[in-house]
Amino acid sequence: MITLESLAPVAASGMFSYAWLMIAVPAAVAAILLLFGRILDRIGHWFAVAAVVFSFSIAVCLFSQQLLSPPDARAVAVPLFEWITTGSWQVSAGLLIDQLSILFALLVTGVGSLIHIYSVGYMAHDERRRRFFAYLNLFIAAMLTLVLADNYLVLFVGWEGVGLASYLLIGFWQHKPSAAAAGTKAFVMNRVGDLGLTMAIMTMLALFGSSAFTAVNAAAPHLDPFWATTIGLLLLLGACGKSAQVPLQAWLLDAMEGPTPVSALIHAATMVTAGVYLVVRSHAIFEMSSAASTAVVVVGCVTLLAGAWIGTSKDDIKKVLAGSTMSQIGYMMLAAGLGPVGYAFAIFHLLTHGFFKANMFLGAGSVMHAMDDDVNMRHYGGLWKVTRITFWTFAMGYLAIIGFPGFAGYFSKDHIIEAAFEVSTLAGVTALIGAGITAFYMTRLMVMTFLGEKRWREHVHPHESPKLMTVPLIILAFFSVIGGALMNAWIQDWLEPATGAHVQETSLVPGPIGWSTMLVVAAGIALAWWIFGMRPVPAVSPASANPFTVAGRNDLFGDAVNNAVVVQPTLALSRGLVANDDRIIDAGADGLASVFTGLSTQTRRLQTGQVRAYALTMMIGVLLVGAVMILTQLG
Amino acid sequence: MSPDNYLYLAATLFTIGTIGVMIRRNALVAFMSVELMLNAANLAMVAFALARGGLDGQVATFFVMVVAAAEVVVGLSIIITIYRTRRSTSVDAANLLKL
Repeated sequence: MITLESLAPVAASGMFSYAWLMIAVPAAVAAILLLFGRILDRIGHWFAVAAVVFSFSIAVCLFSQQLLSPPDARAVAVPLFEWITTGSWQVSAGLLIDQLSILFALLVTGVGSLIHIYSVGYMAHDERRRRFFAYLNLFIAAMLTLVLADNYLVLFVGWEGVGLASYLLIGFWQHKPSAAAAGTKAFVMNRVGDLGLTMAIMTMLALFGSSAFTAVNAAAPHLDPFWATTIGLLLLLGACGKSAQVPLQAWLLDAMEGPTPVSALIHAATMVTAGVYLVVRSHAIFEMSSAASTAVVVVGCVTLLAGAWIGTSKDDIKKVLAGSTMSQIGYMMLAAGLGPVGYAFAIFHLLTHGFFKANMFLGAGSVMHAMDDDVNMRHYGGLWKVTRITFWTFAMGYLAIIGFPGFAGYFSKDHIIEAAFEVSTLAGVTALIGAGITAFYMTRLMVMTFLGEKRWREHVHPHESPKLMTVPLIILAFFSVIGGALMNAWIQDWLEPATGAHVQETSLVPGPIGWSTMLVVAAGIALAWWIFGMRPVPAVSPASANPFTVAGRNDLFGDAVNNAVVVQPTLALSRGLVANDDRIIDAGADGLASVFTGLSTQTRRLQTGQVRAYALTMMIGVLLVGAVMILTQLG
Repeated sequence: MSPDNYLYLAATLFTIGTIGVMIRRNALVAFMSVELMLNAANLAMVAFALARGGLDGQVATFFVMVVAAAEVVVGLSIIITIYRTRRSTSVDAANLLKL
């Protein structure tokens, strides 16, 4: 079955040789928007939208060509240029358009186009709209570089590019100190992950002499287990940073300081899933090391529970969704760590999650738009009557994420739970519990936002958003409904050459695990309805001594742990170094200087200014010289 | 001819000049003592030249005299300037060169 995997990608021809335009056009538009300044203020955003739609249309063309080709001719290599040539080292930059990367390209450009259009409405009154769209296009270009690269070094360029775009967009409202700090936090925490990825790439270059995916995949089966584990864990560290997995999760909740379309595009649908992509792309290495793949499963399990836990206790609608994103990416990581059983499901869930989470984030943006940018769900309630389109589209996303039968998440998440049970009961039970908590916090969000009593603040007059914002919502809601059924039977066969053989049979009829999942989900909904639907919601979150609630409200003390484990020791170390510098190095130099000062003060006293004293000194000198000369003559 | 007596005289004059420079405070007197030392050296050189029958010492003496004449011009004008500003020619009073 794995014969297809060893096939080399075919050379690019026809349409495929223009694949680089997908990256080049958004990058060029980003540069133009940034360089040409105010003259583009009024129309610049439409250029940005056009650039992404253009990339999307190329991706669709490439995808349909792949669909028409036989399975062994679907992976296409597009060499671009020689990047680094020094002695025996040659790194060429190129694109690899295979079954995996084209799905990502479609997701990034497709959801990206919708979010660009939505942003035209959402950011209509922002003075710096042109800059916002330039950054969004920069992000699209970088993300496409990341997923279309044919080797890890080019991938790393994209990886850093999306990190930069994420930083710029989280801190977009830089006049708010909290936004500026959140951007910095995301950037710094991502550096920790990037360190892992960098070291993994260096190790690969040292071991294989190349970082191309084909070369690494070909060499991986002969890899020493120690090195396989090392590279695997380093890659996992990189993935944790970018995908906000425990222990590098703390930045994602703060990243909600950015404009909501950014949260939808970067911090839900695309960038944060790059870690999953990295793990799936490096599956040949993870298959060689059970330790590394177990670590991926553990990280996935821990994060899916931690994210869900945070989601249950937040009042900020965006932070609930951010916790939910963490949790769902935890599911993907879990699936990616399960081995060949799970790769396709990880990507499957990634795609469906891209639809329904982007949908819900944009929906949350629409609600905030209606509520004068208030994010506190305790000030919402009863919104279904005034924002009907937002409500219905959000409901589609809600049903998709909790895994209501027939909706997108039902297919992708249930497969992951089944695959988890197949590999390890513990992982399976974790995933099952996670599904129950997901149902709980999403029901809580729905009830507090759209149903129940009106708890609006004064002077707030909710209204439905303009068409520019609702049409993308409707399209995304549509895919939240049918996305799962559309890809369910197809995705495993499609991804097989890129991710290895599948052993899991997917059926539409739920098995015992499917039934128990539904049961758990129903219990989660019922519990949430009983707590939040049956009684009035207090306007201020009630004080609670329940340790679970307290921990959840404080993001599971992620910041406190970071402070205690990293920040404080680093501060102590730098304080120690400063003290060392002041007290030892500076003191040494100062001491030497004062010795010379003292010496010269003493020497200075010889200069009395008395002419006669000088004459006496000269006389003594002459006498001494004379005496020496005479004595040596005598000798 | 033996230069001994000339040399004794020269040594005596030089010693007097040296002591004069070191113990007298009046700049003019100190200056005269310096001249005395120069001329003691001149005398020694002339005596040696005579004893050796060469002209080198005598030529050198002329150079010393010319330089001494120039030096007197500079030295006296400095002393006069100091006198004008400080109303004194005491060398001990002019001690501005110290730090």
